[in-house]
Formats: sequence, C-alpha cells, structure tokens
Amino acid sequence: MPQIAQLATTYSSQVFWLLVCFGLVFFVVGLGLLPKVTTTVDQRDKQIADDLAAAEAARAAADAEEEAWRVAANKQRADAQTLIATAKAEAAKATDAALAAASARVDETVAAAEARIGAARTAALGEIEGVAAEAAQDIVSRIAGLSVSAEQAHGAVKGVLAHG
Amino acid sequence: MAEGKVDPVHQFTIENLFGTDHWAIGGFNIAFTNSALWMLITAVVLVLFVGGGAKRQLVPGRWQMAVEGFVGFVDNLLKSNIGPAGRKYLPYIFSLFMFILFANLLGLLPLALVGLHPFTATSHFTVTGVLAVMSFAIVLIVGFSKHGLHFFSLFVPHGTPLPMVPIIFPIELISFMVRPFSLGLRLFVAMMAGHVLLEVLSGFVISGTNAGALTFGIAALPSFLLMIGICALELLVAGIQAYVFALLTCVYLNDAENLH
Repeated sequence: MPQIAQLATTYSSQVFWLLVCFGLVFFVVGLGLLPKVTTTVDQRDKQIADDLAAAEAARAAADAEEEAWRVAANKQRADAQTLIATAKAEAAKATDAALAAASARVDETVAAAEARIGAARTAALGEIEGVAAEAAQDIVSRIAGLSVSAEQAHGAVKGVLAHG
Repeated sequence: MAEGKVDPVHQFTIENLFGTDHWAIGGFNIAFTNSALWMLITAVVLVLFVGGGAKRQLVPGRWQMAVEGFVGFVDNLLKSNIGPAGRKYLPYIFSLFMFILFANLLGLLPLALVGLHPFTATSHFTVTGVLAVMSFAIVLIVGFSKHGLHFFSLFVPHGTPLPMVPIIFPIELISFMVRPFSLGLRLFVAMMAGHVLLEVLSGFVISGTNAGALTFGIAALPSFLLMIGICALELLVAGIQAYVFALLTCVYLNDAENLH
C-alpha cells in the first residue's frame, strides 16, 4: 500500500502541498468569492421578502379601500332611498293638494254649469209655454175661429205640459 | 508486473514530477508530486467554478444557480447543526466540503482513456489526516477560547450521577480524542476501497477477456457490468463522504460553540 510504504518519504510533501492548495481554496474561495455569493443570495432573499411585504401591504390597502368604498356606497344608497321616499311623499302630497284644488274647481264649475243649465231649462220651459200658448191661440183661432184669451191658452198648455 | 496483471494499489503511488524531488524546506522534502498536481488542479477548478458563479446577478443563470445551490446547502448544514452562530464557519466548511468533493470527483474522471492518470488525493491519509486535524484544531480553539476550562464539561454529559463521573469522563475523553482519526480515516478508507474495487474488477475484465471466450462470458462480462454500477456508486460515495466530513465537522463545532 503506497500510502504506508511511501509515508516516510512523502508525508512532508503531501502536508505542504495540501496546506498550499487548501489555503488557496480557503483564502480565494472561502474568504474572497464566498461573501459575494452570500451577499447576493441575502440581497435576493431580502428583495423577495420586501416585495412580498409590499404586495401584502398593497393588498391590505386595497381591502381597506374597498371596505371604505362599500360603506360609502351603502350610505349613499341609504341617503338616496330616504331622498326618494321624501320626494315621493312630497310629490304625493302635492298631487293630492292639486287634485283637491282641481276637483274643487271642477265641482264649482260643474255646479255653476248645472245652475246655468237649470236656469236655461226653466227659461226655455217658460219660453216653450209662451210659444205653445201663442201657437195654441193661433191654431184655435184659425181652426175654430174662436178667440181664446191668452190666460186660457196658457192654462190649457200648462195642463197639457204637466200631464206630459 | 506480469503481463495482464493489474496491481490494484499502484494507482495510489506518489511520483515526483518535473524533477522537483530535491525541493525541501528546513530539511523536509516538498517535491511537487502527482498528488500535489491533482490537489492544485482541484483548487484551480474549484476557484474557476465558484468564480464563474459569483456574478451577483439578481436573477441567476445556471452557473450562478449551481454555485448558490452549493453555498445554500452548506449554509443550511451549518444552520441546522449550529444555529445562527454557525454562519461564521461558512468559509471554512464550504472550502472543506467543496475541496473534498472536487478532489473525490476529479479522481474518478475516466482520463485514462486519453492516457492521463487521475490521482485521488483524498485516498491518502496524509491528506485526509491533515484536513481532520485542521477541523479538530478549530473545534479545540473555538471550544477553549469560548468556554475556557469549562470546555472540559463536554466530557461529563448532563445528569451524570457524581459517582459515575470518574468513569464517564475518560470514556468521553477517549471518544472525543478519536474524532480526528475517525474523521480522516473514514474518507481515506472510503475513497481507497472504491478505487481498489474498480481496479480489481477491471483486472478481472482484462484477465478474463485474455483467457478466452468462456472466462469472458462468466467473469469478464459480469465484472464489467458490475463496474458500471460501482462507478455510479462511487460518484455517490464521493458526494456522501464530502458531506459526511463537512457534517461531522459541523457537529463537532456545535459541541464547541454551544456547550451543552
């Protein structure tokens, strides 16, 4: 086994060159290059953590915003509902009042018109009586040759009109 | 070596390269060997791999993703074993894990197809032992600097009855002192066993094929099929052993960092 057979002649060379090579690795790689790698990794981890935190914060802010918007929207909707209700009530009241005034005006007009109609009818009836009496007087005088007085003719017409 | 024979441990032989066998510091030979070459290749490939991925892009590409995946893996290992205080050990544990992983994997490359001979540095206990001693030394330094002599209470588990302390203490101390050996030997043995097994099986394939059609059918072909499976297993072992080494270092560091 060369490891043992050559031990006496080679151990110092082995130890020396191992220390040289491992020393090279330790100082160049371990102390020189490794910190670059670890700082890069740490930076990346930190950036990822920061980005995640920022995203989380943004999400929370968005949630809060949405909640606030929902509250505001609900409040505005409720306001609008009350506004509509009062407007409706006022409109109904105004309509009622207008309707009452209009119907009062219509009633008045109708009553006046009815009164006018009644007066006209009475006047017309009176005129018909007069005309009928004159016509009856005329008819009697032409057909029977009798002279009937106006009162008589009136009485006869009145009686006929009353009996329909 | 006879014709057709394969020496399964020859692959672990250390050879001096480029005529550097006379290099020495203070009397200690530091020849640039094939082992040193492959450790250097491991280090360079690792630097290129991590360097290519350290691009600091917010949206990572595939390469950056791969490097960050490895870093995150080791980081999680430390976090789950030591807690938030484990971050400061990341450079060491990451270097350790990646160095062992790359050394294991580079040693498995089928470069022999193009005439090169990959060498697995982690199959030598002189290498794994130094790594284990380093980890153990860090545990001791952290433990004693953080807790002082109170660190010895690690060897007396919670709720030990007083009469049992003289017995428990040596047992715990021995199990603690064995740690660097188990740590280093585990990696060395796992890597060597896999490579020896592959080499032995390839010896069967070569000898069986040379000996005729019958032995090809009953020995060489099954061995070759088995080798394919074992190659996949070795890739797994390469990753698992690097993970185990890093994991146990984390567990030991946890003892030192968070004394019970």
